[in-house]
Amino acid sequence: MIEVSNLSKRYRGGTAVDDLSFTVEPGRVTGFLGPNGAGKSTTIRLILGLDRPTSGHATVNGRPYASLARPLHEVGALLEAGDLHPTRTAREHLRWLARSNGIGERRIGEVLEETGMAGAAGKRAKTFSLGMKQRLGVAAALLGDPGVLILDEPVNGLDPEGVVWIRNLMKRLAAEGRTVLVSSHLMAEMALTAQHLVVIGRGRLLVDEPMEKFLASHSGASLEEAFMTLTSESVDYRSGTSRTGNTR
Amino acid sequence: MSALGQAASAEWVKVRSVRSTAVTLTVFAVLSLGFARLVGGSLEDSFYGGDTLSATFMGLLITQLILVTFAVASVGSEYSTGTIRASLAAVPSRGRLFAAKMTVVGAAVAVTVLPVELAAFAIVQGLAGDKAAGWTDWETIESLLGGWISLTLMCVFAAAITVLTRSTVWTLAILLPILFLSGQGLGNLDAIRPVIQYFPDQVGMVIMHMTIPGDPTFGRDYGAWTGIGILVLWTAAALGAGWLAMRRRDA
Repeated sequence: MIEVSNLSKRYRGGTAVDDLSFTVEPGRVTGFLGPNGAGKSTTIRLILGLDRPTSGHATVNGRPYASLARPLHEVGALLEAGDLHPTRTAREHLRWLARSNGIGERRIGEVLEETGMAGAAGKRAKTFSLGMKQRLGVAAALLGDPGVLILDEPVNGLDPEGVVWIRNLMKRLAAEGRTVLVSSHLMAEMALTAQHLVVIGRGRLLVDEPMEKFLASHSGASLEEAFMTLTSESVDYRSGTSRTGNTR
Repeated sequence: MSALGQAASAEWVKVRSVRSTAVTLTVFAVLSLGFARLVGGSLEDSFYGGDTLSATFMGLLITQLILVTFAVASVGSEYSTGTIRASLAAVPSRGRLFAAKMTVVGAAVAVTVLPVELAAFAIVQGLAGDKAAGWTDWETIESLLGGWISLTLMCVFAAAITVLTRSTVWTLAILLPILFLSGQGLGNLDAIRPVIQYFPDQVGMVIMHMTIPGDPTFGRDYGAWTGIGILVLWTAAALGAGWLAMRRRDA
């Protein structure tokens, strides 16, 4: 379970996350949506203790992430898929992560198999396509067999087969009773994957409700249209139109 | 294994699994031995005055730039490639990650320098004939020990500075000209020598037989082990600053 309470992150240039509160329950996929620049990645970085909040706090299984001694056993995260050293192989990338948390060598082979990366295990990261990097990122997230998974835009760069694979994987992980938080800026993709929806815009909470309820209340319009209406007040810019109104 | 041991084990995998490690450390070893052969051949030159220790460190002081590059890149690549995020997610205790990283970089340099330094000295000794220094003389042991410590600490110093700059390029751009180039050339100008002689690249010069206290041109106002002591202080200061930066900053 992930709990975000009154979380705010202000930078010199403005506010990325603004008094945000929501809870991510286990046993279902929670879609974390918002237009580009809405604060999704910042929120995830705050949950993982990578950034320090200006105020408020976030906990994973009731504890701040930074207080976990071997966090990979509890939380698996996929951030930027490109966060790889170009001359390090897939297997060595997983090996240093495993060593850091006392995870056995055998588990590396298992996650390589599970993500379809076994054949590329000995190849250097610079030879990987974006899709392969995403798969390696998922492998890294699964390494400690964690009960909580946080995936930032995992669908980016995947081919259609990869998209179906990650969709089924997330559903399976949730069905196993795990907590799954997946961010995306694609509403249609989330409608196929998530059972619960958290939408933010300009760092503020806009929607926190079951996917079915959201779909029912926007049945007249297409999903992307509903999403655009919802977030229209909070996008940074939009081609062809000037911004009208400002929520702040 | 302790949490710090696990973090260090992970850092060791990181260091050995990238190509640049093997490349830089091999180039360091090959060039160091090559310089030893070259300088050993001109031992009669007035600068060395037949001092095989001085001749040994002449080459190593140039090739240490390669070691520093290795140390800086080991830290800087975490920031340039973005793996620092995964590192901090895996080891959220910033102090532990910092300690593990500095220890592993320092250890990798230390185990590389010792055999190379001894081999370089052996080559120079072999060329020196009856001018060869005694291997078991305290002066020899002191100088080789001090040189080993000095080269290793310079690399830890540089690695800690890289945590502050979070950039390989910036660190090298600052350290190489200020410390290594101007330090060695301009450091002997009377006007600035009183200050420059305390720079981290300069304080090991006495123990490495590159200068002697009181020498009118290259002299220092401190002795061999005081110089090493000053380098320990520089390194401790850089480690303190790096640790603070790592604790305070967002990843």
